Amino acid sequence: MAQSGRNVFHEVALNEREQEWSSQMRAALAGDQTAYRNVLQSLTIFLRSEVRRGFARYGRGMADVEDVVQESLLAIHLKRETWRTDEPIGPWVRAIGRNKVIDSLRRSGRRINVPIDDVIDILPAAEPTEHITERDAEKILGKLNGRQREIVESISINGSSIRETAAKYAITEGAVRVALHRGLAALSKIYRTEDP
Amino acid sequence: MKTDHLITALATDLPTRPVSPGRALLTALLVSIPIACALLIYAVHLRPDIVAALGTVRFDFKLVFSISLLVSAVWLAGRLSRPGAKARPALLAVGATFAMLVAAVGLEMAALPSTAWMPALVGTMAVPCVVLIPLISLAPLAVILYALRSGAPDNTAAAGGAAGLLAGAIGATFYAPHCPNDSPLFVAVWYLIAIAAVTFAGSLIGSRLLRW
Repeated sequence: MAQSGRNVFHEVALNEREQEWSSQMRAALAGDQTAYRNVLQSLTIFLRSEVRRGFARYGRGMADVEDVVQESLLAIHLKRETWRTDEPIGPWVRAIGRNKVIDSLRRSGRRINVPIDDVIDILPAAEPTEHITERDAEKILGKLNGRQREIVESISINGSSIRETAAKYAITEGAVRVALHRGLAALSKIYRTEDP
Repeated sequence: MKTDHLITALATDLPTRPVSPGRALLTALLVSIPIACALLIYAVHLRPDIVAALGTVRFDFKLVFSISLLVSAVWLAGRLSRPGAKARPALLAVGATFAMLVAAVGLEMAALPSTAWMPALVGTMAVPCVVLIPLISLAPLAVILYALRSGAPDNTAAAGGAAGLLAGAIGATFYAPHCPNDSPLFVAVWYLIAIAAVTFAGSLIGSRLLRW
């Protein structure tokens, strides 16, 4: 009884959280950058525990967790049009995380036969992040071509705006936007095709 | 790069909207169907008795089958290219289309004396059927696979296969008005061989091309 009671609360919490993601994501798709940043931050915490869980299940060390989280965030960003705003967002996010975990396990050379629904269960707790390892900026961003790297670095690491970046490199804001977008797509491809 | 930095970059990139896979698939159909139609009219040619054929139940069924397959394959390809989307209803629609063909084969076998089964199955133009349907499907397959690159399939081989099934259904739909063999027995063998070949090709190409 107690167990089933707790599960009900569990479900409610899960639905509330997913509803918040949905409404933030809808606002984001309508152009609200603050809502987008917020939902990406919540999703990061969620994805981090999903990835840990997937890695733990297949005996993979935790060294590459943050890489897979970043890869999933890039996929969420680049493929955000594959979420239908009238459908639940949870299964969509979980499927993206699961795909990226499986890709990573495959890349790392383990022979796996993943029972899809087993990789990821439900509601993870937020976990401390201090022992997360990250590939240093040079290593992953260094694989972008020159101009794309400069612009992605300027906007991500230095936190410059589109306008500031355009002024700094004496190019148009449109050119900055294009280079940023292509740079992010290229990063996603680098993660996908290169061994850690 | 720290994850917070990445989020900053993603939020800054928000105004650049990616292509919607639904819209891409629709565009692919609007491009590939006229190509297939033009190939039928100007290269493959309509059969001379097309007007008379339109009034016969066997010819009409051939079109109903291939168009049903086309519609359900559009649905399936759309579903399979979205993460976590349930593909089961679309798969059932594809299955229902094949069930319809099986039922038609049953009716045909009941209608014809058993000595006429083999001639109906072998038909008169089996080789052109298995060659021309894949040829007509070629451009649609390329355009549809390209469109599905905007998606994010959980299973790239399955999504590629759905693209192939769709292209094959387009090929069949625009080969049927040329083909003089209308028996469901003929369709169930030769059309399906041709469609299966295109589906297999789509799956093979898609398994690599559709990675994301």
